Amino acid sequence: MIAEKKEVRPESPLIFEKSLPGRRGVRPPAVADVDLAELLGAENLRPEPPELPEVDELTLVRHYTGLSRRQLGIDVTFYPLGSCTMKYNPKVHEAAVALFADLHPYQAPETAQGALQLMYELQHDLSGITGMDATTLQPAAGAHGELTGILSIRAYHHSRGQHAQRRLVLVPDSAHGSNPATASMAGYAVKEIPSGPDGEVDLEALKRELGPHVAAIMLTNPNTLGLFERKIRQIAEAAHAVGAQMYYDGANLNAIMGVARPGDMGFDVVHLNLHKTFTVPHGGGGPGSGPVGVKKHLELFLPSPQVVRDGETYALDYDRPQSIGQVKSFYGNFGALVRAYAYIRMLGQEGIQKSAALAVLNANYLKELLKEQGYRIPFDRICMHEFVAQPPEGFKTVDIAKGLLELGFHPPTVYFPLIVKEALMVEPTETETKETLQTFAAAMGEILAKGKEWLEGAPYTTPVRRLDELQANRRPKLRWEKG
Amino acid sequence: MDYTPHTSQDLETMLTRVGAKNLRDLFGDLPQDLIFPDLDLPAPLTETEMMRHLRELAAKNSSAATSFLGGGLRAHYVPAAVVPLAARAEFISAYTPYQPEASQGLLQAIFEYQTMISELTGLPVSNASLYDGSTALAEGVLLALRETGRNKVLVSQGVHPEYRKVLKTYLDAIGAQLEEIGLEAGKTPTTQVSTEVGAVVGANPNFLGALENLAPLAEAAHASGALFVAVVDALSLAVLKTPGSYGADIAVGEGQPLGNAMAFGGPHFGLMAVKENLVRQLPGRLVSETTDVDGKRGYILTLQAREQYIRRGKAKSNITTNAQLTALMGAVYLAALGSQGLKEVAARSVVNAHQLAKRLTTIPGVRQITPRPYFCEFVLELPKNPSQVRSELAKRGIHAAVPLPSEYGHNLALFAATEVHTERDLAGLEAALREVLA
Ligand SMILES: Cc1ncc(COP(=O)(O)O)c(C=O)c1O
Repeated sequence: MIAEKKEVRPESPLIFEKSLPGRRGVRPPAVADVDLAELLGAENLRPEPPELPEVDELTLVRHYTGLSRRQLGIDVTFYPLGSCTMKYNPKVHEAAVALFADLHPYQAPETAQGALQLMYELQHDLSGITGMDATTLQPAAGAHGELTGILSIRAYHHSRGQHAQRRLVLVPDSAHGSNPATASMAGYAVKEIPSGPDGEVDLEALKRELGPHVAAIMLTNPNTLGLFERKIRQIAEAAHAVGAQMYYDGANLNAIMGVARPGDMGFDVVHLNLHKTFTVPHGGGGPGSGPVGVKKHLELFLPSPQVVRDGETYALDYDRPQSIGQVKSFYGNFGALVRAYAYIRMLGQEGIQKSAALAVLNANYLKELLKEQGYRIPFDRICMHEFVAQPPEGFKTVDIAKGLLELGFHPPTVYFPLIVKEALMVEPTETETKETLQTFAAAMGEILAKGKEWLEGAPYTTPVRRLDELQANRRPKLRWEKG
Repeated sequence: MDYTPHTSQDLETMLTRVGAKNLRDLFGDLPQDLIFPDLDLPAPLTETEMMRHLRELAAKNSSAATSFLGGGLRAHYVPAAVVPLAARAEFISAYTPYQPEASQGLLQAIFEYQTMISELTGLPVSNASLYDGSTALAEGVLLALRETGRNKVLVSQGVHPEYRKVLKTYLDAIGAQLEEIGLEAGKTPTTQVSTEVGAVVGANPNFLGALENLAPLAEAAHASGALFVAVVDALSLAVLKTPGSYGADIAVGEGQPLGNAMAFGGPHFGLMAVKENLVRQLPGRLVSETTDVDGKRGYILTLQAREQYIRRGKAKSNITTNAQLTALMGAVYLAALGSQGLKEVAARSVVNAHQLAKRLTTIPGVRQITPRPYFCEFVLELPKNPSQVRSELAKRGIHAAVPLPSEYGHNLALFAATEVHTERDLAGLEAALREVLA
């Protein structure tokens, strides 16, 4: 057969467009002739079957393999997405998870002792790494952990008869959007505190807002500029002086993982993003896991159940009368917990601290390389695991991102945090080599050299080029319709 | 063992370049008295040692792959193609597709997923997934309260008890009221819906496994201006009437039966589909078809003004990371089976469940509580404590009999059957239960 002339960017048909009535893929075990109407009641049956794709297995395999080739991930290329910690996800973790795939959450606890032991030990290890007294593994992601943590704080204030008075949650203006969104979901009003000229929380501005009406302050440290909040102890002191609680958004923990513990800095609650710091794969946007650690005075309020140990036996403890309740069915995203556990066991204290330090080194090194290429660094001092850069005067960040795509890199996080114009938030992580950082910096220089006109047209050879977002917003087409 | 690639030469070069003497120098901004604490962790392991340790832990569990446990998750077969395709390196190691030119693979897969969920539910708009069934319910109810501007929720006792607990947590947070509709003879009675109620919730099949005609309840909700939220069993929609056809404004459910391992309770995915008029209230990501500058078809995240990173405190939800990979497994599963295959899985599960119920109710003292018709789960009253029965069965190598919370009655246990079970499995459970109850 003669291969057809290859189009540079062929269209990708939907799986529905490859479907042919009567084609079969995977076949389940046979059923004898059954009369579903008799078993289920004719009035309960749908008149028409759902229109699902009808394809053979090879077509299925080629379809999804083809789609995967129109997708960038860490395994394909450098992916310095700030605030997301796109570090390498060890392959052995997938083998580890497979060992626990067939457990049912309602099987008798004595038949799932290994799984419960793993959870118990992970609760302990994460408490140790964050400097907290107790940890729940139930939340399904970072934002879910935020809700769990803020509700625990709320229950605490409630238990002290201070709920009615404390109606406000403070967040810095550099905070991630999920922080204020969480506070709203927990029924709080939110106030944003402006950052100071050094990019850190303005302590005086914060003190002006603090008072007996404040329930909590939510902070990311290092903050979303990649800077460590140097006045963290004064902030915590000021908050505690008025009875407010300190919430630590752990999305940026990778910088200080095991090097400094939020609990030691004065935080009362911390959530972790296991899919960032503890290298659970991001999966194209989840599933993740967002355990929450708290200090002793908040332990009673954590979700039910907790895994407990009685002698050599592990059990689920539902007897938690002061608990905020449950935030997810069952016990959390167990598969993510296995991966994080495997990671912590392999790294140990030494590997954890070294990984954090090298994440910081990589970020600082790349910052120097980008400066050399003409990028501006609005807050130029030793950064943590990430830093925020700006393109040279006259260049737009969106164009830089699209230019990078043309050269095969995934761009950094763009236009975040909101307090820096044309922000490029760069987080290389510790698993990248010096050569990769150099190649990336060179590419960042190369796209500037190609000039604005080239950049504004980029990308050119990706599966699609710049897409019409306005059209998608005005007339969203959210599913395939039979033609 | 860690995963950093730095040689000692690299370290020297890089430290010099950033103007630091050593790694500790990089942490000069931190309070110096608290850095590098002792973490109280076991010694590091190599890959080989770690896997051996995990195998030892795994050996303390017994597999529920052919179990008769139900209650939100079941032992369905995951075809061999599902995980290798969904977990391809490019998919599993990507994050949220904010850069569409680099993410057409996932975006198209999500668009296809949205279509499949829309087909299953008979509702036009599906989002890209939520964490799980329980949080999908909570988000669905919050959506209904936003849309109606009301503050009270009526939920059937037929909804999974853990889902109701999660819902209560979310509603307590915003000071909304939750009231339950008790089951009568295993089904949800149609009740009066007052005008403070913004959402009415029912499940089909319900937690006892029984099929319910929810149309009258949906009508009662609509008559007072409330929205109706249906909790569905994703697999059942291969054969059962769609929530869209009986008046649901919002359908939510657990995706596990669609190609996800049980994994001791997670991760799986939560599905949510809504009527067209609710699209701007929808939580979570949505993908739309559009065109690129050359007029070529492509896919992109859309209506992002609903989401936290644009709208911050005014967003429809705080959800950020969702359950993309497990939802992708769901999509691959549905494409692998097609509508005929899915129907066969459902039919075989239904038939097995009915044969199992027939067998088990011949045992003295065992009585079926779930009324007919029911899907592939059912509740039995046992003459003995169900937790003990579950443990006794486990000793005989069979996982079955999920104890029901006491709100449903005394000595009740839930059983499920799926397409994985054979005649021999059913007979095996019958014999074991006979022995345990003798
Ligand atoms: C700073 C920060 N906080 C919170 C979140 C929310 O975490 P998740 O996406 O796991 O819900 C993110 C990430 O996406 C983040 O970057």
